[in-house]
Amino acid sequence: MAIVELRFSAQPEHVRTARLVAAAVARRAGVDEAVLDEVRLAVGEACSRAVGLHRSNDVTTPIRVVLTEEEKTFSIEVGDEVPGAGVAAADAAGVPGARAAAPAEEFDDADGEDEMGLAVIRGLVDDVEVSAGEDGGTIRMSWPVSSADVLS
Amino acid sequence: MDLSLSTRNVSGAGGDRTVVEVGGEIDVYTAPKLREQLVELVNDGSYHLVVDMEGVDFLDSTGLGVLVGGLKRVRAHEGSLRLVCNQERILKIFRITGLTKVFPIHTSVDEAVNAVD
Repeated sequence: MAIVELRFSAQPEHVRTARLVAAAVARRAGVDEAVLDEVRLAVGEACSRAVGLHRSNDVTTPIRVVLTEEEKTFSIEVGDEVPGAGVAAADAAGVPGARAAAPAEEFDDADGEDEMGLAVIRGLVDDVEVSAGEDGGTIRMSWPVSSADVLS
Repeated sequence: MDLSLSTRNVSGAGGDRTVVEVGGEIDVYTAPKLREQLVELVNDGSYHLVVDMEGVDFLDSTGLGVLVGGLKRVRAHEGSLRLVCNQERILKIFRITGLTKVFPIHTSVDEAVNAVD
């Protein structure tokens, strides 16, 4: 098992960096090229959500992204430090598409982006876990890696 | 890559249209710039918009939120917001969020500009 860990201040401009790093590590781990776009998008959604949570709750600690390469899977864990935030997220994640089914008039620029982000993650990634704790929430996503040997 | 935006006015079959050509990445960092652009256009009286997404490399839910916000604004003036997109990776995001039912998506700017409800 090998890991790459990234910590960044809750600033929107760093989300792109997290996407690039995640895609690079996923590629190296042997995640299928066709799936890399999904990895990029999913990690971006998870990080955008965490940045939003930290900023709206005045949490100054960094967002944590852990990329783990295992024998058969590649997983990404995005952790925020907003207590209890994941509870609502877990509820929202349980009903993917609920937001998408709502009429357009109910959307607004800022409202509902959180749920829409989770809906996108749910739609993209088969293996997702959203959890919440006293210390914050975590979104854990994983993808299979190809069985072919990866050149090191 | 940052976001690039340019607008031009075009006369279409249904009347005047404003084409917003978007390039680069629309994410949590750059989406506010697109939002400002759309708000400004609507405030200036452009209610029929065509957003050309052919140059977009990346789009996330923040970007979707801005487009939906734009749609809401033009609809308040009985306007329209049409998208031009042929890229599968971008179209997929509209599909999984159900937004293909909300936005008319065209294969060319010409088609979008001349579309009539």
